[in-house]
Amino acid sequence: MNNKEGIVREINGPVVKGTNMASFKLNEIVMIGAQKLIGEVVSLDHDVATMQVYEETEGLKAGETIHYTGRPLSVTLGPGMLGNIFDGIQRPLEKIDSMHKNFIPDGIGLLSLDEEKHWDVTVLSAVGDLLQPGTVYATVQETKSILHKLLVPFDISGTVVSIQPNGQYTLNDTIAAVQSENGKTVPLTLASRWPVRKPRPFTKRIPIYQPLVTGQRVVDSFFPIAKGGAVGLPGGFGTGKTVTQQQLAKWSDADIIIYIGCGERGNEMADVLEEFPKLIDPRTGRPLMERTILIANTSNMPVAAREASIYTGVTMAEYYRDMGYDVAIMADSTSRWAEALREISGRLEEMPAEEGFPAYLPSRLAEFYERSGCVQTLEGSEASITIIGAVSPPGGDFSEPVTENTKRFVTAFMALDKKLAYARHYPAINYLLSYSGYVDMLKDWYSENVAEDMLDLRKKMLRLLQEEEKLNEVVQLVGEDVLPNDQALVLEIARIIKKGFLQQNALHKIDTYVVLEKQYKMLQVIDTLYESALKCVKMGIPISIIKSQDVVQDVLKMKYEVPNDNTGILDELRVKIIGVYDRLSQTYE
Amino acid sequence: MSEERKQGYRIMKKEYLRLEQAGGPLIVLSHVENVAYGEMVSIKLNEEEQRTGKVIKIDGTNVIVQVFEGTSDISTNNVAVTFKGEPMSIPLSGEILGRAFNGVGEPIDGLYQIPSANRQNINGRPMNPVARKYPRNFIQTGISAIDALMTLIRGQKLPIFSGNGIAHNELAAQIVRQAKIEGQTGDNFAVVFGAMGVRHDDADYFIRSFQASGVLDHVVMYINTADAPIVERISTPKCAMTAAEYLAFDQNMHVLVILTDMTSYAEALRELSSSKEEVPSRKGYPGYLYSDLSTIYERAGMLSDREGSITLIPILTMPNDDITHPIPDLTGFITEGQIVLNRELNQKGIYPPIDILPSLSRLMKDGIGETYTRKDHSDLSSQLFASYSRVQDVRALSQIIGEDDLSDTDKLYLEFGRNLEGRFISQESNENRSILETLDLGWEILSALPPTELDRIQSEILNEYYHGSSKTDSEDASWQF
Repeated sequence: MNNKEGIVREINGPVVKGTNMASFKLNEIVMIGAQKLIGEVVSLDHDVATMQVYEETEGLKAGETIHYTGRPLSVTLGPGMLGNIFDGIQRPLEKIDSMHKNFIPDGIGLLSLDEEKHWDVTVLSAVGDLLQPGTVYATVQETKSILHKLLVPFDISGTVVSIQPNGQYTLNDTIAAVQSENGKTVPLTLASRWPVRKPRPFTKRIPIYQPLVTGQRVVDSFFPIAKGGAVGLPGGFGTGKTVTQQQLAKWSDADIIIYIGCGERGNEMADVLEEFPKLIDPRTGRPLMERTILIANTSNMPVAAREASIYTGVTMAEYYRDMGYDVAIMADSTSRWAEALREISGRLEEMPAEEGFPAYLPSRLAEFYERSGCVQTLEGSEASITIIGAVSPPGGDFSEPVTENTKRFVTAFMALDKKLAYARHYPAINYLLSYSGYVDMLKDWYSENVAEDMLDLRKKMLRLLQEEEKLNEVVQLVGEDVLPNDQALVLEIARIIKKGFLQQNALHKIDTYVVLEKQYKMLQVIDTLYESALKCVKMGIPISIIKSQDVVQDVLKMKYEVPNDNTGILDELRVKIIGVYDRLSQTYE
Repeated sequence: MSEERKQGYRIMKKEYLRLEQAGGPLIVLSHVENVAYGEMVSIKLNEEEQRTGKVIKIDGTNVIVQVFEGTSDISTNNVAVTFKGEPMSIPLSGEILGRAFNGVGEPIDGLYQIPSANRQNINGRPMNPVARKYPRNFIQTGISAIDALMTLIRGQKLPIFSGNGIAHNELAAQIVRQAKIEGQTGDNFAVVFGAMGVRHDDADYFIRSFQASGVLDHVVMYINTADAPIVERISTPKCAMTAAEYLAFDQNMHVLVILTDMTSYAEALRELSSSKEEVPSRKGYPGYLYSDLSTIYERAGMLSDREGSITLIPILTMPNDDITHPIPDLTGFITEGQIVLNRELNQKGIYPPIDILPSLSRLMKDGIGETYTRKDHSDLSSQLFASYSRVQDVRALSQIIGEDDLSDTDKLYLEFGRNLEGRFISQESNENRSILETLDLGWEILSALPPTELDRIQSEILNEYYHGSSKTDSEDASWQF
């Protein structure tokens, strides 16, 4: 018996055990049975290996052969990823569909990037150049907006002994040959491989200093996300998690977006696939798909591939980060991923910890979120990975293990709230439960790039909202009429902050994406309204008259009526507000 | 299923006469060779009685088989077990329309088994997300609350979350009777009805109502009654979805699937899981409940190169009316929204007792508006939700301070709430309102509120459709929010 072949002994759903596997390694990829189902070795005990299988095991028999591949679960990295859609182990879904119409069969093997396609390569090195790991030796214009830099793999360094001229090459063509110090010559090709569970190296981490601008007011102005940050986005079903994630994917100012649909709905992926190619990036004027990679492992696709999809996505992100790009990952949803861990752990008969999740859940979550960060790459440029992980707590209960542990490893936390969603307050980000630890780190950036008092305004608005929450408790007991006028004004301003600022309509042409300048000026307008009205309140003018000025309607409508490129209207609105309340106070004097 | 795999199954049939263990729905055999995971098994007790089973675990030469009809009367040495060499499949042809089957696809209407060479594996295959067509066509159910506020879209999966004793069966039957797409006629529609663990009278209710509305010859039924074996309960929805896929994607029909009651299904799954001694997850349900439910629900949808569609309405009864129970919770994470029924409304005699605030249709945003229904639809529904949400706060307040002490606007809200429940949500079980009637009725009720309260509606739409009293009538109160 060949010791590079194992024998299937036990089959239990996606978990298969094989014997005669002493020479197999942990995390190695194997091909199981006549159909060559793809699996990964997850534990070894003498010569018995336990494997999780990325495809349906129905029809597999005891006694079938397990083939060795000798390499861990890895992705092929090279041009051709952008604009593409993959399953959890980087198999291109469009290619699969062209081979097997409509339904995904088993045994399609390990496909990944298109190896036939010719890419226009511009070579940057010459014979005799000394190349270090991470050096850019050639480039490919992958899409109109993204230049794909070809880096020397991390285990290779040496002198260029031969190099091809500029021209058209496929993924596996040799572009250059490098002779290392020990005299060995290695070829450099457009494609390289990297194991998904191992973070790619960089020179060092650098402090976070700039925000990921999303065009979503509640995020940018209230709970900013930093480039290189880790963000948790928990919400029960029906709280608009997916819409919020998609809004971030559409409008964030990252260079590359990786959207991981992990155990989510097929129709939602169909929506993304139909909609993204039509959307235009407001900064480059190019289709958003040109900077987007989609990973779709819908809930009915095999559970083990769902577990892998998160790692596949983050490895691709690191690859583009190493070229010097700011990458943002949207993982929707990490709960489905944690449940996949639980499901497999249960099949492996591991001892369960909290709610049946395996005891290693927190460390796995930490490993994932720690792959975010702002770094100096080996090549010397600054780049970042931002991870935004949606969490779907069962029953909307934030005390469950996945939400609890996610909170420990993320710095910003945006709690989606059922009550707000029921009132159709979208995005339903609860402004009292959410927090962002990045506010302090981004203070300098905001005062230099937006306005000195941007964060002061933010603080003031948040304080008003908190005050409203307390007052609401009183109102629920005794009604609103008995409140003193200044408190009634707080309620009114809080209502305006909520309706006129925090609520944002993803489907409205103007409102769907708002530049920071407009966000700041909107806050200024609300602040002006508050201060002007407060003066009138102090003069004893009845609150009902203060509230019924027509200018209040203008404030509520500014989000729909002021375009991003004409925020001067908001300055005029402030002047108007001051005028209206000055006149009002004069009539009362 | 692929050709290679079919050949992978054994051809020779060997009889095994001895069991290692029998208990619950499971039997264990040893020294069995060449058996495939998921393969069907035939268990012969005597000349008359034969049962079927499925291989659910292989451990070397030991094999665990779940028996569909249960293991009573089975002893370790009175049986003859053969492995059939293929996974569970059902025969399909156009003749299934108008027929009734049990949970493993055997006829229960006294008629013949479908003669067809086309047998499909009931587990199906996952649809490739890139091959899907995003659903957009509005289905008019004639039920105001659904059409206006949680619009059903062709190709959607929209469950009904109900409780025991609430009128979900009536609602489902009414949807089946009235559902139609504007401007489309013809008989290329079909209904697939899968019943898991339902009482005989519930099953009869559906059959009678299909009969009464004259659609019976377009209905396929897979019925597993409450007293039928639990293992068959697990295959019932899979048979139903397999039939639906055949009708939709092979026969180009528009298929509406009703699955009731998913709670019984999940309980059967739990029972089986515990007899397999698996590690339990929340409330004792197996850890793979989510994956398992999704392999049923996700089979709904449309394909971009096919005419047909599968629209799925699963019905589940929430244990203790608890929406956070694992079954409704996991269902809600897979389906595209939910219609939630409310016991309080049911007791008030409001039919259909739809609790609109937690109800939602995720696909609605792209299937309504000028092209499909009317341009005011989106604003109107958003406003009705927001105002009704306000009604709840006012009601809570009025319980403390009494209705008389409420502000004038708050009193208008109470009036609005009563009208919305009593006239808009409530309708007769045979009342079929067109979408235009529904929208007009919505405006009529909304117009009881002053226009300044209607902040979800764009001004041009407000001007065109609003016909209530003007702002000056309630100047003073209009700024209460």
